[in-house]
Amino acid sequence: MKFKVNGVEVFASTGGRPFDKKKPLIIFVHGSGLTHMTWVLQTRYFAFHGYSVLALDMPGHGLSGGESLKTIEDMADWISDVIDAVGYKEASLVGHSQGCLVILECAFRFPKKIKTLCLMGGAGAIPMNPELLSLAENDDPKAVDLMMDWAHGPAGHFGGHPVPGLYHINTGGMLAKSRTIKNTLGIDFRACDNYKNGFKAAKEIKIPTLSILANGDKMCPIKEGKKLADLIDGSKIEIIDNCGHMMLLEEADKVLNVLKKFILTYFPIKKN
Amino acid sequence: MTDKKKKGTDPKTYKFDTLSLHAGYQPHKNAGSRQVPIYQTTSYLFDDVDHAAALFNLERGGHIYSRISNPTVAVLEERVAALEGGTAALATSSGMSAIFLTIMTLCEAGDHLVVSSQLYGGTVNLFRLTLPKFGVKCTFVKPRDTEGFKKAIQKNTKGIFGELVGNPGNEIMNMPEIAKIAHDAGVPLIIDATYQTPYLCKPIDHGADIVVHSLTKWMAGHGSSMAGILVEGGKFDWMQNDKFPTMTKPYEGYHGLSFAEEFGPTAFTMKARAEGMRDFGPCLSPQNAWNVLQGIETLSVRMQKHCSNAEKMVEYLLSHESVAWVSHPSVPDHPDHDLAKKLLPHGKGSMIAFGIKGGKEAGEAFINNVKLASHLANVGDTRTLVIHPASSTHSQMDEATLKFAGLSQDMIRLSVGIEDFDDIRNDFETGFRAARRPRLVSNQ
Repeated sequence: MKFKVNGVEVFASTGGRPFDKKKPLIIFVHGSGLTHMTWVLQTRYFAFHGYSVLALDMPGHGLSGGESLKTIEDMADWISDVIDAVGYKEASLVGHSQGCLVILECAFRFPKKIKTLCLMGGAGAIPMNPELLSLAENDDPKAVDLMMDWAHGPAGHFGGHPVPGLYHINTGGMLAKSRTIKNTLGIDFRACDNYKNGFKAAKEIKIPTLSILANGDKMCPIKEGKKLADLIDGSKIEIIDNCGHMMLLEEADKVLNVLKKFILTYFPIKKN
Repeated sequence: MTDKKKKGTDPKTYKFDTLSLHAGYQPHKNAGSRQVPIYQTTSYLFDDVDHAAALFNLERGGHIYSRISNPTVAVLEERVAALEGGTAALATSSGMSAIFLTIMTLCEAGDHLVVSSQLYGGTVNLFRLTLPKFGVKCTFVKPRDTEGFKKAIQKNTKGIFGELVGNPGNEIMNMPEIAKIAHDAGVPLIIDATYQTPYLCKPIDHGADIVVHSLTKWMAGHGSSMAGILVEGGKFDWMQNDKFPTMTKPYEGYHGLSFAEEFGPTAFTMKARAEGMRDFGPCLSPQNAWNVLQGIETLSVRMQKHCSNAEKMVEYLLSHESVAWVSHPSVPDHPDHDLAKKLLPHGKGSMIAFGIKGGKEAGEAFINNVKLASHLANVGDTRTLVIHPASSTHSQMDEATLKFAGLSQDMIRLSVGIEDFDDIRNDFETGFRAARRPRLVSNQ
């Protein structure tokens, strides 16, 4: 669906079901340079099982208007504005990679609005490889090729997509190239590189939090995810074996199963 | 600074030959089986009611019924998508069903297509006679008439279709320029690249949006199995205009799903599968998918031999007294020779058309007397194949249509195999001797 946030049109997938304000809201926040489509194998389940879902295209990404936001802090504020714009007082947040920094900062800034956090392939800081950052800021498609290489584990490189007929690396690459690289990936990578508040924010988080980490993640190594999770009071960790950074697609079923268990436990649908 | 530092880091994603052997398959998820298993089954167990509903609602990936998808077929689909540089692929029972499914996914009654005139005869009949019965009309344009493609675009045009190298005359479409014409008109370019395989050309890299193949030919390569596939490039923006409402608007058949919004770079394949395979059902058997996978494992080595034998054959035919003309993109005076060098850098393919002196009668004598070359209606076998198109593959065309399609009565279509070239040449000598005989008799 399309709606406006601060006067700028935003696109969000509602998971194939109409957006219903009576249902609890889960917001999915994508990683650097990507779009709402990375979430297709998680969002539709929740949309068909009693939740309202918004898999956002961040400003300047995918089908959303406006320009990419330049800092993680601005993105965190924007998520809060999204919750207001759709008429909710609270939501659960699910993030991947850069999206983890965004939702962590959002929960730190707006603790009363955010009910649970799920961090997939997250870390307290994501310093960028200088070469990758430079390529992305210079609009070089090689940045996407390198990202696709490093972001995928065996399923991405060999194949075996959960959706028959889809090929991971080329699909991911096409998503990342759907808008001008320097205006999406370049700005996002710089925002990640500049963000320094993750560990401080983590210590202040008091809501149920789940970290889903992959043991083959080269972009946000598992030890970094664990370091972050250890700082969050009561945080839970789930490890996905034989999988890379794009766990939400590479092992979509396993990720959905642990996310489902977490959401249904800590953000259940209220019975009338 | 070392060269390595200057160059920087390169991605370590797998390359063509490796993908030909491995893409789409992980043994550890299949009982450690090194070879792709043949899932000879119609259907798949659901864990519970919730799991069943999730699969039907496209909440999860997975298999329901082998008409829609099958694990062995899915390996083939991923492998071809990987080799073509595509986002997704959908395998079908034949190349013709891949084309039909592509058009049915793209078009509705009242729509129009611009189509290259030089196509396999069956494809010509699909566009000329069958699709109009479904309300889809076509305008044919000669493949070299790039400007003609632009002029033929109408308000209701939904795509441009052509064979990159036309069957059987070897005329080449200027794919990059025709892609621009299509994209300026807000419609996709669909390329049948059966003759090339991704080893010789990846049309997506040159602007094509959807690639179709008869996998029966060089991809499978051994003349054993029928199969087809459509591959999606993932670059085409279905939401840029209002031409494709079935891609962009809520679809009643899937709870109001918008394929373009939900699946983006794989939307076309998702729709073709969810709607087309469900409603038309031209599914590929797992056994045939496996046979094609066997062929793809050796695609690059076979294509190299096909192309080197074809080059030797071109040289032989060009100097032969019984040959009136030779059409192959490797010939320097072929009108598309320069374009072929650009689009087909790894080889110009193994399809040769030539005219035999003495016309139809000589052609028939040639074909009736070759022994090693097989006379049959196929191309892209490991074995050398010959046919006289005017009396076989294109026989349902009248004289005017034949001429428009670039065919002549003296034309012999040759698919060069990977036998020892000397043996093919000796066989052809026998055929040419027989072809000369009737004329000698009639001249006395």
